[in-house]
Amino acid sequence: MTLAQQFITIGLCALATMLTRFVPFLLFSGKRTPRFIQYLGQALPGAIFGMLVVYCLKSVNPLVYSHGLPEGLAILVTICLHLWKRQMLLSIAGGTVCYMLLIQLVF
Amino acid sequence: MQSNGIKRKALAAAFPHTLPILTGFGFLGVAYGIHMSVSGFPFWYPMLMAMTIYGGSLEFVCVSMLLSSFAPLATFLMALLIQARHLFYGIAMLDKYRDLGWKRFYLIFGLVDESFSINCSAEVPMGVDRGWFYFFVTLLNQCYWVCAATIGGLLGSLITFDTMGLDFVMTAMFVVIFLEQWLKEKQHLSSLIGVIASVLCLMVFGKDSFLVPAMAVILCMLTLCRKPIEKAGDTL
Repeated sequence: MTLAQQFITIGLCALATMLTRFVPFLLFSGKRTPRFIQYLGQALPGAIFGMLVVYCLKSVNPLVYSHGLPEGLAILVTICLHLWKRQMLLSIAGGTVCYMLLIQLVF
Repeated sequence: MQSNGIKRKALAAAFPHTLPILTGFGFLGVAYGIHMSVSGFPFWYPMLMAMTIYGGSLEFVCVSMLLSSFAPLATFLMALLIQARHLFYGIAMLDKYRDLGWKRFYLIFGLVDESFSINCSAEVPMGVDRGWFYFFVTLLNQCYWVCAATIGGLLGSLITFDTMGLDFVMTAMFVVIFLEQWLKEKQHLSSLIGVIASVLCLMVFGKDSFLVPAMAVILCMLTLCRKPIEKAGDTL
C-alpha cells in the first residue's frame, strides 16, 4: 500500500464510523425508529463479532502444520479464563501470553 | 469565573465515572499501539487513528487492512458493519444530547461504547451542568485512549523480547467480546449465522476476498430469519 492508499483506508474507517454516529441524529430526531432497524440493533452485534473472530483466524490452515492447534488452544484458554474470572483484560492477556508461548516454544 | 466554576464542577463529577475506563482503555490502547508498532508503523499512526477513527475494534481490524492490499470498498463496508452498533447508541441518546449546542457535535463524534454506557446510565448530580458532564466524560475517555495508543506505539520500538504472536491480542479480544455477547443473549441464532456464514465464505472465496460476501450473506440471513430470532430472543 502506498502512503496515499493508507490514508484513504484510515479516512474511510473514520468516515464510516462518523456516519454510524451522526446518522441517527440526522434521520431519527423526533421520529420513531423503524422496526427493522431496531431488530438489526439486537441481532447484528452477535453476528458481526462472530465474523470478526473468523476474520482474525482467516490465515489458519487446518490442513498444514501446525493445524490451527496453537490458535485453538489459546482460544480455549481465553474462554476458560473468561468463564472462570469474567475479567475481560485478564482473559485477553492470558490468551495472548499463552499463544505467544505456544508458537515460540512449542510449535 | 462563573463559567469556569461550572466546568470544574462538571469535571470533578465526571472523572470518577471514567476511572474503570482508564484501566480498560489503558490496557487495550497500549496493546493496540504495540501491535501497530511491531507491525511496522511509527507511533503517530496509532495516535492519528485513535484521534480520528476512535473505535477500538475497528482500529485493530484497520491494522490488518493496512497490511493487506488496498481494498476501499471492503474497508468501508467492514467499517460500517463493525460500527453499526453506534447507530443504536445514537438513537438512545437522541433526547439526552438534544439542546446542548456545539458540545453536541463532539459528544456524537465521541460516542464509543464506553462513553455511551456512562452517559446513558449515570445520574448527573444535582447542581452539575449536564452538557459539561457529558462533555468531560467523553473527553476524558478519548484522552485515555489516544494517550494509551500513543504510549503503546512508542513502547513498541523499545520492546526487546520476542513479540511473535502478540497479534493474537486482537483474536483474544474478539473471542471475549463474542463470548460476552453469547452469554447474555437468549437466542444464539444470530451469532451462529455470523460464524457459519463467515467460515463458508472463507472456504468459498478465500481469505483475501471473503469479507464482502460474508457481510452480504449475514445481512440476508438475518433478514430471512427475523421471525425465529425475534421469537426466540430477547428482541424487543
